[in-house]
Amino acid sequence: MENSSSINNTGVSGYPSTRKGWVLRGLRDGFPICMGYFAVAFALGIEARRIGLSAFQSFLMSTGMVASAGEFAALMLIESHAGVFEMITTCIIVNLRYFLMSCSLSQKLKSTLPSIHRFGVAYCITDEIFGLSSAVPGYLEPFYSYAITFISVAGWSGGTVMGVLVGNILPAAAVNALSVSLYGMFLAIIIPPAKQNRFIGGLVAVSMAVSWIFSILPLTKGISSGFKVIILTILLAGAAAALKPIEDNNDSEQED
Amino acid sequence: MTENIYISLLIMCLTVYMIRLLPLLFLRKPITNRFIRSFLYYVPYVTLAVMTFPAIVTVTDNVWSGAAALVVGLIVAWVNGDLFVVAISCCATVFLTGFFF
Repeated sequence: MENSSSINNTGVSGYPSTRKGWVLRGLRDGFPICMGYFAVAFALGIEARRIGLSAFQSFLMSTGMVASAGEFAALMLIESHAGVFEMITTCIIVNLRYFLMSCSLSQKLKSTLPSIHRFGVAYCITDEIFGLSSAVPGYLEPFYSYAITFISVAGWSGGTVMGVLVGNILPAAAVNALSVSLYGMFLAIIIPPAKQNRFIGGLVAVSMAVSWIFSILPLTKGISSGFKVIILTILLAGAAAALKPIEDNNDSEQED
Repeated sequence: MTENIYISLLIMCLTVYMIRLLPLLFLRKPITNRFIRSFLYYVPYVTLAVMTFPAIVTVTDNVWSGAAALVVGLIVAWVNGDLFVVAISCCATVFLTGFFF
């Protein structure tokens, strides 16, 4: 309920006015992300163990990268003994959506915000934390993102380590069930605004449809999922921006 | 060839961090171009929608479990947008339908 009301533009009432308030709010909003991350990272840990990473190495990877598709790609690169150039280019392509998200989030930061917080918030850009951070009205209080990230990364790194250590004793049915948790969270981020705004609803439906078509057409189905996300984001968000530009107001409510 | 896992991890972690850092560091002023602002506004919706479908259907052992999780997720997100509730509903759907498919 809190998340659905935080995404639409019903006003700033109900939002914390102090830094401490934002931290508490972030810890609360981050809790479901922590649970979801734990589940997904568990699957990641099982994969890390399969290719021979230790629990400590997996912990470093998850804490340093905090990226789901990005880390699966990283494991694939380590397994295939990829060279430095291939590592860097693959990481850029698979994680390029964070570049777009960072561009988007840059507009939520006060222009006077000290650089140290820009370095800090940069670490906090994942699909879910970005979703929550960009959904607050007005400027983003960095400590809100830090609090969400603190609890989320605890779940993410903890889940990875647990996957490495005890992944082989969890029943396959449970691992299978956990694999959809992140997608459920994505739905929880995009569906409430789609319900409020018919254009966003249409955009979400078209995005899913085109994504599906891309995955079955012979010409496009070989494209990696990270690259597909970039191509479709540029095409569809570009088309949406051309069709229905957002209101041209100069206050800080531009992000929703 | 990078045989050392620690060096590989360091290279990849730094690359991913730079991708996230550079726009925040260099885009300090509000973007005034209406098209770019609109584009950035729509980015999260397109990105998350593209990542969710069809992946949610194909990630599970059985396509019908994934499809059921998608339908349940859509309904629950529509009625109650709470992240945790939606995520758990999807997981429970896959777990329970796993007995039938």
